[in-house]
Amino acid sequence: MNERPLAPRLVLRGITKRYPTTLANDNVDLRVGVGEIHALMGENGAGKSTLMKIVYGVTRPDAGSIEWEGSTVGIHSPAEARRLGVGMVFQHFALFETLSVAENIALALDERSTPAALAPRIRAVAERYGLPVDPQRLVHSMSVGERQRVEIVRCLLQSPKLLIMDEPTSVLTPQAVLQLFGTLRRLAGEGMSILYISHKLDEIRALCDSATVLRAGRVSGTVRPREESNASLARLMVGSDLDDQPPQPRQPGEVRLELNGYSMVPRDPFGTALRQIDLDVRSGEIVGIAGVSGNGQKELLAALSGEMIGPHSGSISLCGRRIDHLGAAHRRAFGLGFVPEERLGRGAVPAMSLSENALLTGARAGMVRHGLVRHRVARASARATIAAFKVKCGSEQSAAERLSGGNLQKFIVGREIRLAPKVMLVAQPTWGVDVGAAQLIHQSLIGLRDGGSAVLVISEELDELFTICDRIAVLTAGRLSAPQPRSQLTIEAVGLLMAGATQEVAHG
Amino acid sequence: MADFPWRPPPWRLEKRAAPSAAMRIAAPLIAAAAMLATGFAIFAFLGREPLTALYMFFVEPLNSLYGVGELLLKATPLALCGLGLALGFTANVWNIGAEGQLTLGAICGGGVALFWSSELGRLALPVILLAGIAGGAAWAAIPALLRTRFNTSEILVSLMLVYIAQLLLAYLLRGAWRDPDGFGFPQSKAFDERIILPLLFDGQRASIAFPLMLALAALSWFFSSRLFAGYRMLVSGQAPAAAAYAGFSERRNVWLALMISGGAAGLAGVCEVVGPIGRLQTDISPGYGFAAIIVAFVGRLHPAGIVLAALLMSLLYLGGESVQLGLQLPAAVTGLFQGILLFYLLAADLFVGFRLRLAPRAVTSSA
Amino acid sequence: MNAEFLIAIITGTVVAATPLIYAALGELVAERAGVLNLGVEGMMLVGALAAFAVSVRSGSLFAGYTAAICASMLLALLFAVLTLSLQTNQVATGLALTLFGLGLSAFAGRKFLGLPIEGLRPLSLPMLSDLPIAGPLLFRFDAAVYGSILLYFVVERVLNHSRVGLQLRAVGESPAIAHALGQPVMSTRYLAVLFGGATSGIAGAYLSTALTPMWVEGMSAGRGWIALALVVFATWKPLRVLLGAYLFGGVTILQLHAQGLGISVPSEILSMLPYAATIVVLVIICRDPKTILLNQPASLGKSFHPDA
Repeated sequence: MNERPLAPRLVLRGITKRYPTTLANDNVDLRVGVGEIHALMGENGAGKSTLMKIVYGVTRPDAGSIEWEGSTVGIHSPAEARRLGVGMVFQHFALFETLSVAENIALALDERSTPAALAPRIRAVAERYGLPVDPQRLVHSMSVGERQRVEIVRCLLQSPKLLIMDEPTSVLTPQAVLQLFGTLRRLAGEGMSILYISHKLDEIRALCDSATVLRAGRVSGTVRPREESNASLARLMVGSDLDDQPPQPRQPGEVRLELNGYSMVPRDPFGTALRQIDLDVRSGEIVGIAGVSGNGQKELLAALSGEMIGPHSGSISLCGRRIDHLGAAHRRAFGLGFVPEERLGRGAVPAMSLSENALLTGARAGMVRHGLVRHRVARASARATIAAFKVKCGSEQSAAERLSGGNLQKFIVGREIRLAPKVMLVAQPTWGVDVGAAQLIHQSLIGLRDGGSAVLVISEELDELFTICDRIAVLTAGRLSAPQPRSQLTIEAVGLLMAGATQEVAHG
Repeated sequence: MADFPWRPPPWRLEKRAAPSAAMRIAAPLIAAAAMLATGFAIFAFLGREPLTALYMFFVEPLNSLYGVGELLLKATPLALCGLGLALGFTANVWNIGAEGQLTLGAICGGGVALFWSSELGRLALPVILLAGIAGGAAWAAIPALLRTRFNTSEILVSLMLVYIAQLLLAYLLRGAWRDPDGFGFPQSKAFDERIILPLLFDGQRASIAFPLMLALAALSWFFSSRLFAGYRMLVSGQAPAAAAYAGFSERRNVWLALMISGGAAGLAGVCEVVGPIGRLQTDISPGYGFAAIIVAFVGRLHPAGIVLAALLMSLLYLGGESVQLGLQLPAAVTGLFQGILLFYLLAADLFVGFRLRLAPRAVTSSA
Repeated sequence: MNAEFLIAIITGTVVAATPLIYAALGELVAERAGVLNLGVEGMMLVGALAAFAVSVRSGSLFAGYTAAICASMLLALLFAVLTLSLQTNQVATGLALTLFGLGLSAFAGRKFLGLPIEGLRPLSLPMLSDLPIAGPLLFRFDAAVYGSILLYFVVERVLNHSRVGLQLRAVGESPAIAHALGQPVMSTRYLAVLFGGATSGIAGAYLSTALTPMWVEGMSAGRGWIALALVVFATWKPLRVLLGAYLFGGVTILQLHAQGLGISVPSEILSMLPYAATIVVLVIICRDPKTILLNQPASLGKSFHPDA
């Protein structure tokens, strides 16, 4: 590492930011030196993105100061941040699919140049840093790794001094991760500072010189990752012991949901194909599927729920019955329950009341008879769900869009659980949900399992999967790893599987 | 890069916590009032005494039993088409071709009336009406098929079919179906007295089609609020992803919406030809199928509102005729008012979901 | 069938295609920015009337065309304010625009029914117009026809090779991302809609001053809708709009010259051809969902507001 007698590139002192419902950053200090690769670590909701919004000028802090190369500055807009020399590669790329690389970059730069004029500069930067990028290619034909390179090249064209990478490897293959690390080391070697936001322990230990760990808005530690172990880092991020009251393991019963060599190419040209998925979920167990979005979760869920029925090979069976070609309503009739990723617009109709939303999946539970809607039954059912799951709302007549995320999620989970499904699919059960609601949801899923249902949970939160699942598998680029019992896994091991990391990453 | 030359206006639209129920009902009234005010200005601009003109437009037509009858008479096809269209709109199915389905209903019903009325005896009228419904539904089946099978927009298809339907009618009336004693006019023989829709009372022209329409309005309300099929269509229109999640078949909803609106429009068409018109001719509708779109919106896509809106629209037609005779204004003034009404409604509708705030832009950085 | 007849068919096709080219190219620009304007038919009629009325009154076709452009742009502005600033539903507002345009043009045009007008004259280009075959085939059209070709080149060039066009395409794909990048989403969409209005005005003006020089209520007879279908048929690409317009022009002409060609089909059935053809081409294009997914501007028809 370089020990130069220069002012550090960026120093944050006592940064505090409060939102109406949470204290996102609480007295945060951060220091990034010249040519240093500094990790900013923490679980979702720890305050990383808020801190980055402050550094990039999207938001102002309520308290604290920012020092850039020794002098105190105020960063009031992304343009100002860029002028100082801060470049940011977002997790969700701001790229136009139907335009070429050069056109995209032309639109994103502060200067007004034409794509044609930029093309040679793009090629020059690309070559210099080993980031192969063809200015004429259309973005939609590019892989995720290639798209990220476009974003990086875009940043580099503005000669930044601090490059912020937000969860850069969440959608990369192992090879792409290697390439990225090579690039980042090269940039750091030339004096660029890099702020690397991630929660992937192995990568951080392989790549980063130093790290600031955030937990619940506060700095829980500033360390040198290479001198730490995954376990110690994880403890800093998550706090209490990982294995918090593991649910009582049960003896799983008969296979209720089975996928055999299931492969499918989605109709959406931008989707992920599923390859040879083998999976079985038994009565009385919870199986979890880990993996960051973009690896086929959407497609797997839609294939299981019946929302996407198309040409495929392999089979899906529910309680021994082939359901490949059945629609969603049919699968429900045979005992499938499903809590989707999106609450408003998919799990519930925003403008309709909770009791009207109960009708969405409750037709076969007595709410519809002879084609007539029995509003009274629907209302009673909604009321019961609200009571059992402690949903905070005006009444069952409140519109779904007026509930908070956590309460709506409790309602949807409750609605599905109360239909006593034989197999329950759940996607991102506690995304954007407060801690209390999350706990209740977890408990109810375990209760469902104890009642004999087979539960499949797909989630990006490793913590969650480790809290409630009996077996865990990982979905990467459309392929599913063999599920293993939770007791035989660690967060690090699963993280490795998610990153598809190999030995090479660990040794940099 | 600043968003130049657009500068944010000094007022702001603030989203309401919940859609304002009061505004939902008030919006059509506000729109109607605004239309009246605009009408005042238009008449003044045209050099006519505005209050007299407004009176002649909106009040005079209703001064007699005959006038009220005319009101009900015109409101019937408007409401019939409007009810069907509204059902479709709530399901995000945009049937713009009601005029064509109306025409096909007239053709099919009229065809039965021309060629089989004597054989059918007492069953003639019911069969004629059913034929009209079937004709309209069949014409709407084309955009339904093309949308569900071939992903083709029902807007453009149903619209093209309007022109084709009108040409078909012209073709029939110029050739095989022309009245040989009709002096060469493109029209059919007049229908037999026995198969004309019975009138409500003497001295005016409204027929039993009006109460029939009211019954269908009630049926439509029942469908939307009590039947699961109606619920499915509603979900389909409001949140297609939720409909897919629930397993509601989008195909089925599209077919249902188009069949119902096509059949309703077909009924409207056949009721016109075995009603006030009494024969088949090329000119059977002054654009009812299109005006019904406005009726549907002004009626808030609700059966009760649609009936009221149909009455208002009917008054606009009568008013147009009235000022044409009394003030020598072109009959097209009706179309003008109709368009204005719809524009105002769309603008007023904004305030159902948003509130207007006159506030200077707060000078803080964006969060 | 002799050479003269063939030439007549081809030139007739070009003339019939011209209003479609204007209207469809303008709508293409609006749709590439993400705005669906179903009011083309209404704007065309208003343009047709404005051109006819002003030309007859002033004796100047130029004044007429200018009036047509202004009138249509005013309607387009109304549409833009409602759908872009007030966030009204684009489909409903477009329909309202058509109905309003129909009513307004019929209302204001009463006095002009049956009036004669001296329409657009074919240009006589020195030497070129007198060439043996190429002359009557290519060089005896009126100015508006050549203008439509010029418009195609301008649209193609600006859309695909200029910064303004780049911004427009970006806004059409994702106004949210464009806005996050600091692009002027609202003004881009406004200008695109106004451009569509202007060209619809020219298209309408061509109808009443060249194609059939007269004013009749509703004289566009659905051409506005066909223009909308053309944009879909062309998968939102300018060159294909041009080709599609000529195809439709051909169908229209075929119907007019059917007798001369020895086809004995009743005239009403022949008149159905353009409309039936529209349906057929729409089906052909829309069959494969991938075609729409890859070509239709992703934000078409969806409301966007920077504040929301």
